[in-house]
Amino acid sequence: MTKITYIEHNGNSHTVDVDNGLSVMEGAVQNDIPGIDGDCGGGMSCATCHVYVTEDWFDKLEKKLDGEEDMLDQAYEPKKNSRLSCQITVSDELDGLIVNMPEKQV
Amino acid sequence: MIKTDALIIGAGPTGLFTAHQLKIIGLDCEIVDNLDKPGGQCIELYPDKPIYDIPAIPECTGEELTKNLLDQLKPFSINFHLGERVDEIKKIENKWDVKTNKGKCFITPNVIIAGGVGSFEPRKFSPKECANFEDKSIFYSVKNKKIFEGKTVSIFGGGDSALDWAVELSKNSKVNLIHRRDEFRGAQATLDKIYELQKSGKINLFTKYQLKSVKGNGTLESIDIEHENKEITNLKSDYVLGFFGLIMQLGPIANWGLNLNKKTVEVDTEKFETNQKGIYAIGDICNYPGKLKLILSGFHEGALAARACFKLAKPNEKYRFEFTTSSKVIKERLGVKSD
Repeated sequence: MTKITYIEHNGNSHTVDVDNGLSVMEGAVQNDIPGIDGDCGGGMSCATCHVYVTEDWFDKLEKKLDGEEDMLDQAYEPKKNSRLSCQITVSDELDGLIVNMPEKQV
Repeated sequence: MIKTDALIIGAGPTGLFTAHQLKIIGLDCEIVDNLDKPGGQCIELYPDKPIYDIPAIPECTGEELTKNLLDQLKPFSINFHLGERVDEIKKIENKWDVKTNKGKCFITPNVIIAGGVGSFEPRKFSPKECANFEDKSIFYSVKNKKIFEGKTVSIFGGGDSALDWAVELSKNSKVNLIHRRDEFRGAQATLDKIYELQKSGKINLFTKYQLKSVKGNGTLESIDIEHENKEITNLKSDYVLGFFGLIMQLGPIANWGLNLNKKTVEVDTEKFETNQKGIYAIGDICNYPGKLKLILSGFHEGALAARACFKLAKPNEKYRFEFTTSSKVIKERLGVKSD
């Protein structure tokens, strides 16, 4: 179990335990956290699980795969620290990870 | 007014196979889809990606799967209503009166929602004021390229649509191409052409920029774009085009009085019927205990929903289960010889 904090655009914060091996997107969906849709189910083909990762965490994450940046082109208000949360796999190293959500996904 | 035994909403793999199942048991159907081509998510999201879990097909792409499903429908005449979205469903006596956004009307006892995650809609610009200019100066697709002649057009996006239109419109317009990063995901040949046109001054390229705001009183005058480093540049623009791909929106389905669970529709697992008699939901959009969002599940759900349609479409006939290998009637419907 790894603690992940999801912060909605309006500031509402949710800290939950997520099983290692799940994606950050799945952690949000399984815990009914609003603001992350994950419409395509983790196939890196919809950009509705878009999050902003705080600077200090961003560099600690596994690097993006080729297609992720392409999908982020289609996300709502992408920034330098944007990631698709379906592409971040939860592990012990990510204990305490904080992700912020965009104003909306679509 | 089009009368039919069953109306299918969504021409993805589930909708296509369900049409096959309806025709095999002797029912008519019509298919409506908001996309301009059949295939749904298979064709729009992953046409080139291989799928490995279609029974008896070790590997095929989304595009190949769509083609095969359409081939399987060849023996039948089925009307597709593409580029249309179903907006309204109303119950009139024991039939459903269905209207599309293009004003087409259907009357049918059975509506099968095979809508995936909703209808595909273009992803729009985020500044709120953009809505005021939509379909006047701001567009998400090109319907008539003549209106851009001699004008300044700012095109946003990094995929094939953005690049292709930048090249095309640069022939008769002043073109700004704006993208949020340095890399483009369009075809290399088109990209080479873009750089060529940039050198010859036909296209102004702005990378690491995004749209900040649009200005104008009634008609668009200029736009502000913001660099990654927060620097703002003002560009005179008569038109703005945004190509950020398509997103899926549940859309009007939310207003049809169906029991929803997040973005899915709750159904039983005997008929895949919703809480409304004669409205079924199958494929990714339906929800029941144990639901798997797999294409093969959609096929199964469609086969059962099709049988359920029979009762309402032909209340005075009894449905008889038959195999395609042995049924004379089915073979006639398929136009193949009986042994």
